[in-house]
Amino acid sequence: MGIEDKIPQGVVLTTVEGIFGWMRQASFWPATFGLACCAIEMMAYGTPRFDAGRWGQEVFRASPRQADLMIISGRVSQKMAPVLRQVYDQMPNPKWVLAMGVCASSGGMFNNYAIVQGGDHLVPVDMYVPGCPPRPDMLIDAMWKLRKDIVAKRPIGQNELDAYEAAETAALTAPATHEMKGLMR
Amino acid sequence: MSDPKLPGEEKSIDKPVMDPEASPKAGVEREDAQPDPELTPAIIEAPKPIAVKKGMWGSGTGDTSGYGRIVKPVEWPAPSAPPYGSWFDGVHDRLAALVADPFIKVVLDRGELTFHIPRAKLVEVMQALRDDAQLRFEFCASVSGVHYPQAAGEELHVVYHLQSMTHNRRLRVETSCPEADAHVPSIVAVYPAADWHEREAWDMFGIIFDGHPHLTRILMPDDWVGHPQRKDYPLGGIPIEYKGTTVPPVDQRRSY
Repeated sequence: MGIEDKIPQGVVLTTVEGIFGWMRQASFWPATFGLACCAIEMMAYGTPRFDAGRWGQEVFRASPRQADLMIISGRVSQKMAPVLRQVYDQMPNPKWVLAMGVCASSGGMFNNYAIVQGGDHLVPVDMYVPGCPPRPDMLIDAMWKLRKDIVAKRPIGQNELDAYEAAETAALTAPATHEMKGLMR
Repeated sequence: MSDPKLPGEEKSIDKPVMDPEASPKAGVEREDAQPDPELTPAIIEAPKPIAVKKGMWGSGTGDTSGYGRIVKPVEWPAPSAPPYGSWFDGVHDRLAALVADPFIKVVLDRGELTFHIPRAKLVEVMQALRDDAQLRFEFCASVSGVHYPQAAGEELHVVYHLQSMTHNRRLRVETSCPEADAHVPSIVAVYPAADWHEREAWDMFGIIFDGHPHLTRILMPDDWVGHPQRKDYPLGGIPIEYKGTTVPPVDQRRSY
């Protein structure tokens, strides 16, 4: 990507990574992409009562080219699926996806011919928010968890490549989802 | 409870009410909501049920709600004979004068008039309803599709909801076609607003509107197979994987 690819792994890269993450989580813009009733709560998230502007995130970028985060806010219909994928593909790396509400996470109450059973059939999802719809408070909570735990800790340079490798290996050896045991998270 | 209660004071019941006469009588409607005796038409024949529905949901799966024992006949309102009362006679007679033999049946139900029209005469009837000074139904508010799988020979119905701004009247026009030959003439040339409504009726019910300028799907993806609002169209649904479990689709879950 840039000069960080040439930094050898070690304390320097980790330090630069920390600075990258710190800056990224403070410059973290969702795309304007509302799908259903959750989008109403997502709009409330930006309004003065909940005020995403408190941490400078009230701007929903009008173009996916300027966005870092896609909030799947509502059920994804079969007809919307290619549109959603295109919006995701148009977003520049690094990018994150937040599945807002039970429909975006697993299809919710709509297990029928018209609705895709969860946004993770189409794009990799970083954070799932339960609720039908989740209150803006829950979206705020999810956003902060996403910022602190995932965005700020995203590896760069050689660490990023290693992380991709590790994720691929883990996915190949992981049991099927319905066979997983233990804590449900 | 011998002492008289003041008005507004709460009543208390000290013994169970056993007298059936004490139960509430038929509700008293507002005076202006009473059925108009003028608009109660002569009924030609009693309504015949075209099907009997059992249970709360169509699939017949068992349920624990108790609604599974509901038995409900599916019946159309009975055809009516003139005189219909109000402005209905005028519209009926005027349309009969303008178009030769337009009616299959006329239904006056709950004070609302419905003309059942053979599909071959649909465009002619619509043109007359729109243009004639005594009719002037300028506005086609909606085009609906209906599927009655039990009604052999007229499984698919198309219902047009018309309004006359000039006379402040509303009228329903209904036509039907068999499922094997699902063709109905398009009325877009008469009512351009019907364009998207007909596309939706095509998308959802598979009714082909002959003469429509571009009859393409409007709601479902272009490459979709089937017409979802047909009664025989399956609901769909797939098993959902969660961590540690799989939840089957609704129609494949165990019945109790």
